[in-house]
Amino acid sequence: MTKPYLQISTVGIQFGLNVVLQNVSLDIQRGEFLAIIGHSGCGKSTLLNIVAGLLQATTGGVLLEDKEVNEPGPDRAVVFQNHSLLPWLTVEENVRLAVDKVFGKTKSRAERRDWVRHKLDLVNMSHALVRRPNEISGGMKQRVGIARALAMEPKVLLMDEPFGALDALTRAQLQDTVMGLQQKLNNTVLMITHDVDEAVLLSDRIVMMTNGPAATIGEVLTVPLARPRDRLALASDPTYVACRAAVLQFLYERHRHPAAA
Amino acid sequence: MTDTPLPSPSPSLALPRLPAFAAFGKSVAARVLPPLVMLVLLIGLWELAASGPKAALPSPSLIFKQSLELIVDPFYDRGGLDKGLFWHILASLTRVAQGFAIAAVVGVLMGVLLGQSQLALRGLDPLFQILRTIPPLAWLPLSLAAFRDSNPSAIFVIFITSVWPILINTSVGVRAIPQDYRNVAAVLRLNHLEFFFKIVLPSTVPYIFTGLRIGIGLSWLAIIAAEMLIGGVGIGFFIWDAWNSSNISDIIVALVYVGLVGFCLDRVIAGVGVLCARGAKA
Repeated sequence: MTKPYLQISTVGIQFGLNVVLQNVSLDIQRGEFLAIIGHSGCGKSTLLNIVAGLLQATTGGVLLEDKEVNEPGPDRAVVFQNHSLLPWLTVEENVRLAVDKVFGKTKSRAERRDWVRHKLDLVNMSHALVRRPNEISGGMKQRVGIARALAMEPKVLLMDEPFGALDALTRAQLQDTVMGLQQKLNNTVLMITHDVDEAVLLSDRIVMMTNGPAATIGEVLTVPLARPRDRLALASDPTYVACRAAVLQFLYERHRHPAAA
Repeated sequence: MTDTPLPSPSPSLALPRLPAFAAFGKSVAARVLPPLVMLVLLIGLWELAASGPKAALPSPSLIFKQSLELIVDPFYDRGGLDKGLFWHILASLTRVAQGFAIAAVVGVLMGVLLGQSQLALRGLDPLFQILRTIPPLAWLPLSLAAFRDSNPSAIFVIFITSVWPILINTSVGVRAIPQDYRNVAAVLRLNHLEFFFKIVLPSTVPYIFTGLRIGIGLSWLAIIAAEMLIGGVGIGFFIWDAWNSSNISDIIVALVYVGLVGFCLDRVIAGVGVLCARGAKA
């Protein structure tokens, strides 16, 4: 077994007297796509924010390439739930801000410009370089958000329910885009989701969280599906169906949402 | 034989544009006519009310007769205080510009500090809440004592009047910066200067301009009163001087000018705000 690339060890976090996460341990290999699934309020986003460095764990810690994570940084770029593009900048300028900051010293102006264009091209947003975020659709905003995160060349890409606010058709398109990017770039990805199909379709392993308070990892499911994956062919694939059933069973039988119980 | 429908006359090229033009004219008329009618009506009423032999204030026609030079030539200059209204207003505006500029810089910087730092907010906010309720003119004797000169004192009064709304609105704007933008800044590791120029300033622009608009309005209120006391060239002292020589007509003409200039100041700041805030709303 190789040494894990990203190591989350016995992480717990407490806000006042309220224990949100307890004893969360997870080893992630380089190039792995991990989905974290759980009912709302179980602390999925909190866990992601700890890895991002936006929150400090009360106990335990996170190691990335054997270095402890204790502040945010571009090596752990985040795709935020509500895109978080700066509305006063154009699409290109939003990505440019990140690129100028991360590669300001190592790349020339022209190189940075090409880099920005290239990343926007990867997510099919080249046509809207001079648009502002309030002039493009929700799906497009999220594409730009992904381009911005990819442009930082992160060691780990963190996605916080990236498609949660989108309609089903747009979501499927973006999932395909993310799968395509993963095929090309082989990033290490940690994605929060509450969509079972999305988790099975995109990830190598699915981390299922128990309900809070004091939530922790309930089960980890390996998805043994070959890549590239095709959403239509998979719909009737027995392995896909079995994985899907396993996650559904975890979420709705053994760990029903407290409000629904 | 059946009747075939007559071919409709081909419309001329100008025809379809005509109704559109008429509609535009109509909408302009709908906006311009009501205030115009009201103005004429009010002046007519005033003329009637002030035309009696015992009227204390002059009627519009009398004002026109007595202050004709003031109305038609705002640019004359016979030295000393005997100048056209343009020069008085220019002097007042210069003082406002100086005091307001200092207030804008200090107000925005202090506002950002108060918005960013809980400690600064707790320490300074109660003090500011008390200071901002002191009427502008109450500062004048103190600033005269401190500066020993009338012009800097007037500028200080403008500053101290207009700084509070700018400061308070800016600090509210900074506290309203969405956590998302702060997270983006944190992930990108923006330093303090970059954070200020790339996140704080653009996202706070609408709040800053609300403060600036209130501030410029208060400045214009304060300068007139301050100038009445400090003397010299300026629209405030012009009014006071006219009162001392019983030129009621001149006072009324000056008031019209003061109102128009105040209105323009407000519009200019609002216009600049709209330009700067382009795209600042999500």
